[in-house]
Amino acid sequence: MSGCSKRCKLGFVKFAQTILKLITGTLSKDKIEDELEMTMVCHRPEGLEQLEAQTNFTKRELQVLYRGFKNECPSGVVNEETFKQIYAQFFPHGDASTYAHYLFHAFDTTQTGSVKFEDFVTALSILLRGTVHEKLRWTFNLYDINKDGYINKEEMMDIVKAIYDMMGKYTYPVLREDTPRQHVDVFFQKMDKNKDGIVTLDEFLESCQEDDNIMRSLQLFQNVM
Amino acid sequence: MAAGVAAWLPFARAAAIGWMPVANCPMPLAPTDKNKRQDELIVLNVSGRRFETWRTTLERYPDTLLGSTEKEFFFNEDTKEYFFDRDPEVFRCVLNFYRTGKLHYPRYECISAYDDELAFYGILPEIIGDCCYEEYKDRKRENAERLQDDLDSENNQESMPSLSFRQTMWRAFENPHTSTMALVFYYVTGFFIAVSVITNVVETVPCGTVPGSKELPCGERYSVAFFCLDTACVMIFTVEYLLRLFAAPSRYRFIRSVMSIIDVVAIMPYYIGLVMTNNEDVSGAFVTLRVFRVFRIFKFSRHSQGLRILGYTLKSCASELGFLLFSLTMAIIIFATVMFYAEKGSSASKFTSIPASFWYTIVTMTTLGYGDMVPKTIAGKIFGSICSLSGVLVIALPVPVIVSNFSRIYHQNQRADKRRAQKKARLARIRVAKTGSSNAYLHSKRNGLLNEALELMGTPEEAHVGKTTSLIESQHHHLLHCLEKTTNHEFIDEQMYEQNCLESSMQNYPSTRSPSLSSHQGLTTTCCSRRSKKTTHLPNSNLPATRLRSMQELSTIHIQGSEQPSLTTSRSSLNLKADDGLRPNCKTSQITTAIISIPTPPALTPEGESRPPPASPGPNTNIPAIASNVVKVSAL
Repeated sequence: MSGCSKRCKLGFVKFAQTILKLITGTLSKDKIEDELEMTMVCHRPEGLEQLEAQTNFTKRELQVLYRGFKNECPSGVVNEETFKQIYAQFFPHGDASTYAHYLFHAFDTTQTGSVKFEDFVTALSILLRGTVHEKLRWTFNLYDINKDGYINKEEMMDIVKAIYDMMGKYTYPVLREDTPRQHVDVFFQKMDKNKDGIVTLDEFLESCQEDDNIMRSLQLFQNVM
Repeated sequence: MAAGVAAWLPFARAAAIGWMPVANCPMPLAPTDKNKRQDELIVLNVSGRRFETWRTTLERYPDTLLGSTEKEFFFNEDTKEYFFDRDPEVFRCVLNFYRTGKLHYPRYECISAYDDELAFYGILPEIIGDCCYEEYKDRKRENAERLQDDLDSENNQESMPSLSFRQTMWRAFENPHTSTMALVFYYVTGFFIAVSVITNVVETVPCGTVPGSKELPCGERYSVAFFCLDTACVMIFTVEYLLRLFAAPSRYRFIRSVMSIIDVVAIMPYYIGLVMTNNEDVSGAFVTLRVFRVFRIFKFSRHSQGLRILGYTLKSCASELGFLLFSLTMAIIIFATVMFYAEKGSSASKFTSIPASFWYTIVTMTTLGYGDMVPKTIAGKIFGSICSLSGVLVIALPVPVIVSNFSRIYHQNQRADKRRAQKKARLARIRVAKTGSSNAYLHSKRNGLLNEALELMGTPEEAHVGKTTSLIESQHHHLLHCLEKTTNHEFIDEQMYEQNCLESSMQNYPSTRSPSLSSHQGLTTTCCSRRSKKTTHLPNSNLPATRLRSMQELSTIHIQGSEQPSLTTSRSSLNLKADDGLRPNCKTSQITTAIISIPTPPALTPEGESRPPPASPGPNTNIPAIASNVVKVSAL
């Protein structure tokens, strides 16, 4: 009841104000609020020398990387939406957003929801210039969605499903419902040495190092930059 | 401290000598300049236009790109200058900001381009100087409205896959163009509104005389017909109102909206008339209620955008109109009072009281001049003329306000409609470009693999054929290729896909085949993959060929497939080892798989498929027993 009377009072006040405005003819204020645009988060990366020391890139490569980064994200940080949009441009056939989501969380080591240039470059340094061990560790981290140190079948299913999503609908042979599941079963068969249903980092490293295909493909993107 | 006055700091410090004799305590030590650098000229090369400035100028604002170490990322070692690949015109404004401390907004610049540049250089737009701030904010607001408009129309046109019945109905009511049913409904209601309004009008027209009585209006002469028409219209309107009420997402809000009130007011008189009896006393009141039937004409505003714009205009300049009405009232009261007292003296004057003079004042001020009340005294005539002259002024004032508002809103609407129409075309073009890029991949797959096979065969001059893809494109295609390898499925275009679906539904054969063979029987390293180890990384070598369809891309090698290339080799001009087609060894299969990639005419398909798949043994001693699908779990 009190709420009702309060509402009535508010309504009456507003009505009186409208009448007053009509009489005195005050000009209407701007409807769209002038929101202060102080929300522009601007992040500057550390100096070039420091980054050069921390990563395996040369100055020139860092410059090239930064220019591309800054072009897409002038504020200095990438958020998940922008990251997904950028990544989706490379895969026009299917839906790359799920995989981009997992990628983003692998890049965003501090789980802040935004990737700064330093994080970006550190991860790239591992992926392109790191040792095999480092690369595999990063990949393990990518697969381990909840970051608990183990990969279980559900996590792997999610990742593989995300990869298959990128293929889109028009594939040959036709993508069936259980194709990702079969893929994951094979994977687990190979990786899970002690058959306990989860893959630990050591099992992962060991299995990958045994497989020549994987080893070779890890070297594939060496000269990406 | 404002950066501009930093240059005067040495003077202020020197002037501090004046305090020294008076000071009580010893002075603190002065800070030394640790890195005493000579101020140097920095060259900023912005898309070819060179700007030069002092380093200290840029360092005035250390939280921007140019003032911080971030600009080192753009330093070009060879030319010893900072190169920015941005717009030099806007950079002029940005650099002036460092020099003068005031950021200006050039009028000719597009607002979003300017905002992008400011974001790039790390400058907050809030520091735009007062001289340009208003213009900047106005443009920004227009832009925001435009974006909001786009977003709204996008939301409207989103085809949400699972809309409940209620939601589809509401959408049909709001946008009649969404479905044919909605359009039909729209036109039917429009028609009935027109019919209802016309009946109301015609009802009162005198309709010829019945012999022996006076002239009757049509409504009374054909009362039954009119009653039936009225009933029909009200039925339709009631049904429409109830349907809208049912479909509305927020019924409470719907009931309060203007349109629904108009609807209710339009149909109420009929129901009240039904309920009320033919009592003489109340029928007088009932007749006045019928006046409300004319509100049905307002229902047309759902059908006409112009009416809606007019209504919106009046609403938006309500405060201006209200003020003008108030000032008009004041003027009326003043002049009515003056006229009353001026005409009080004259005999038989019509100005019996001040409220009676209101009518004269209003008629005079709006320049109507009926002439039913005229002043007779001289004073009255003088004040009367002043009244009519001022009336012209007061009446003329609201018109431009309304006109300018109407014009603005109308043009905004026009622009919104134009944008919506253009948007469709633009989205269609974007979609075409997108499919173009995916088609580009499929196209280059056929040619690109051809390239690599040719390179292998060592024919450099032919390798140049089709080498038109840029490095970026070829890297992108390599990425897509890796994805194909990861999932062991291939990209094909829509037509092929439909054809495959059709064929697979016709004959179950393919569908049983592919999964069984693609079911990964372990990551057995096969002959092919072992081959690929020795050679350089060739995607071809792992690519199997299957039963052919026309225009087929490369896909998994089945054992039987190895024999089929022999059919295609004859058609290919690049076939070098046609005879060896049946005896697949490592090298041949590489070449033959490349040849398969040439689009084969449909005529081959029946031949290809009529061949029964041979059993695994036989001439396949060189080829491993099981399908050579290799599943690579790639890292990225």
